[in-house]
Amino acid sequence: MATPQAFIDTGELDELKNPLGERLWSLARKQPLGTAGALVVVVMAFAATFASFLTPYDPVVNSLEDMLTPPNAEFAMGTDEFGRDILTRVLFGARTALFIGLVAAFLGATIGLVLGVASAYFGGLFDLIVQRIVDVFLAFPLIIMALAVVATLGPGVENVIIAITVPFIPQCARVVRSSALSIREIPYVDAARALGYSHARIILRHMAPNVMAPFLIMLTYFVGQAILLEAVLSYLGMGVQDPTPAWGLMLKGGAEEFLESAPWLSIFPGLAITLAVFGFNLFGDALRDMLDPKLRSR
Amino acid sequence: MKRYIRAFRAKTVASLLLGGAVGIGFCAQTATAETAQLGGTLDFVVAGEAPSKDGHRETTYAIVHPYAPFYSLLIRVNPDNPQSSDFVCDLCVGGVPEPTNGGKTFTFRIKEGVKFHDGTPLTARDVKATYDRIVFPPEGVPSARKAFFNMVDSVEAPDDTTVVFNLKFASGAFLPALATPFNWIYSKKDLDEHGYDWHRDNVNGSGPFKFVQHQPGAFVEGVRNDDYHHAGQPHLDGFKAIIAKKMSVRIQAIRGNRAAIEFRGFPPKARDDLVNALGDKLRVQESDWNCVLLFTSNHARKPFDDPRVRRALTLAVDRWGGSKYLSRIAIVKTVGGVVFPGHPLAASEEELVQLAGYGRDIEASRAEARRLLEEAGATDLTIDYNNRDVDQPYKVVGTWLIDQWAKVGVKAEQHVRPTPQFYAALRKSHEFDVSIDFNCQSVINPIADVTKFLGSSGNNYGQYDDQVLEEIYGKLARAPTEDEQRALMRQYEKRALDEMAHMGISLWWYKINPHRSYVKGWNIAPSHYLNQQLDNVWIDKSLM
Repeated sequence: MATPQAFIDTGELDELKNPLGERLWSLARKQPLGTAGALVVVVMAFAATFASFLTPYDPVVNSLEDMLTPPNAEFAMGTDEFGRDILTRVLFGARTALFIGLVAAFLGATIGLVLGVASAYFGGLFDLIVQRIVDVFLAFPLIIMALAVVATLGPGVENVIIAITVPFIPQCARVVRSSALSIREIPYVDAARALGYSHARIILRHMAPNVMAPFLIMLTYFVGQAILLEAVLSYLGMGVQDPTPAWGLMLKGGAEEFLESAPWLSIFPGLAITLAVFGFNLFGDALRDMLDPKLRSR
Repeated sequence: MKRYIRAFRAKTVASLLLGGAVGIGFCAQTATAETAQLGGTLDFVVAGEAPSKDGHRETTYAIVHPYAPFYSLLIRVNPDNPQSSDFVCDLCVGGVPEPTNGGKTFTFRIKEGVKFHDGTPLTARDVKATYDRIVFPPEGVPSARKAFFNMVDSVEAPDDTTVVFNLKFASGAFLPALATPFNWIYSKKDLDEHGYDWHRDNVNGSGPFKFVQHQPGAFVEGVRNDDYHHAGQPHLDGFKAIIAKKMSVRIQAIRGNRAAIEFRGFPPKARDDLVNALGDKLRVQESDWNCVLLFTSNHARKPFDDPRVRRALTLAVDRWGGSKYLSRIAIVKTVGGVVFPGHPLAASEEELVQLAGYGRDIEASRAEARRLLEEAGATDLTIDYNNRDVDQPYKVVGTWLIDQWAKVGVKAEQHVRPTPQFYAALRKSHEFDVSIDFNCQSVINPIADVTKFLGSSGNNYGQYDDQVLEEIYGKLARAPTEDEQRALMRQYEKRALDEMAHMGISLWWYKINPHRSYVKGWNIAPSHYLNQQLDNVWIDKSLM
């Protein structure tokens, strides 16, 4: 017969005893890539929040006498064809990317969560109809869906958020539903029903909190994808409009034209997109490893 | 009336000299000393796909570049000297005729023995049928340049070799209108048998090349017309117009020798990159361009019905500073008024600086702009700003204008739209406060070109009616001497750009055509519509 201690993860007890610093260090050693990703996310959030204090330049005001200056002590990443400091636009671009990324990812994942849990909870015809609609949406690649939405609604920040949110909903709904199906069979859901709780209460208060692990993983994955999608849409001229600083927008137009004579126009926003997406993906992977009990024990 | 014609010719000679000074100065080509070689296929790149194959209804260079080589014109700008408004006969015989009947009758003799590509003989009746379709189109039949011919009363073809144009009044704008490169001569038989829509999808011309095929989205191909009516031409075996929408692709096509030339124009940086990469394998021709980028206020929306607000917008723009810097990154350069800079009817610099927004002291202009906005109760103004999704020069200049307006406290929310939606906003929905706009013309013909600024003009999107301006134009169109035309043009300009500030002019375009040095015989014109029949173009095989 197993002793009671056999049911306790001693590692968890250690974590509870240790101060925050030590726990973070322990986590960093266990998840070096995830920590690197988290660092990128933190740096990006910091840059986005404090962009105005980090640079003496304005991201939209032209300074034509400084046009196409290569990186130097004055302009660390050089200037673009309108003499605007690239570093300043990259920092402010982080604000645009994070705002769109977080809002679209949160909306897409949250609506998907509710839809997925509801689909699993109700089952039957409702589940069948919802899942077939989800199948239709999943048949299209993300970018095609986003392009279709933005082509219908037109460019602009609000429409880009909608365009990115829409394809995320079925993705999250499908993943969450599979988790919620097993939760539906757990007796406490029956108990909640027996107590006469409403469907909404059961879905939102009893089932949804128990599918937080896949939700959070999807959420972080979506932020990276949303940043990439925003950049793609802006690059295609269907997203954020000039002179708003946005990484995808910085890559098009002048950057294409001056690829040879002023490569810094495309290198730095390109790097920013790559790092941000990479960071969010690593962070999401680490989060999945931590939240998934099967992967956590490895 | 001869005085009228002389005045017009004097202007054209002067514009030849002025335009030539810019254009020919850059032309390293001296085709006169070289003998044209026969053979070879010219591959060139075109940025857009033609909406149809019918030149009479379309207005874009995307149709002229691939399809003009299939057609002849009655008269055309001299292909050996396209910088001028020196017109020569294409299908007519001899020189461009002198008018009779007090300048109201032009009689053209048509070449004999010319054939359409389907073998049908070309006669004066085909010319009449063509101009009847352009000038007097039946209801519902689109004719983009009908307004150019408002002086034409009738067109007659008394026999197979004579065409007579009867004008309502003598007009210096008639010959330039006639030489417009879209006025392709169609076969009367095609028009009679197939109707007015047939040319949208079919080609049957009498030009130097015969249509072979059009692969949508890919290319248009032509092959030499051995029966061409200019002896010894064309020199080429054929051509292929390769459609490449992205500028980087077009530049790389020339760099990699997949194409020899692009006829519209590249920005300065692209020229520099190509020159650095190709050295003497590249020739560059440059010219002032009969195209100007404007910004049009929507008078139907408040507060843009207030001339003070419109004046403030034009006062905020530093054109002289913009010219200095934007000319390094965009296909714009020249500061000018309503008339093509350098033309005798154009404003001199001394005259220009008197207009709102053209002063050399930009800070004083902007202080006045702020005062006007405050007086009009339009401080903290935010503009719904319509722009076209074309980098050169629309988006470059568009972004620069946003910065200029910001300097007087006006915020612009830019909506960059693909071309069809951009036009829909201008022409149908009118969903804009201020929009980027343009006036691009082919033959330099200021009296016709400046109609853009009239509220009654078909291509004016400001939604205004200014009878004072209309009256000035009415006098201008009939003014017999250049001095009178010039004086009236200044009044017109002052009214349109300053007093009422109906529209604002940003900068005039500047045309840069880098091309493979083995392309010979093509001379840059002050318009991307002109000189595109390619009959005098040849390939120097020793330089390939």
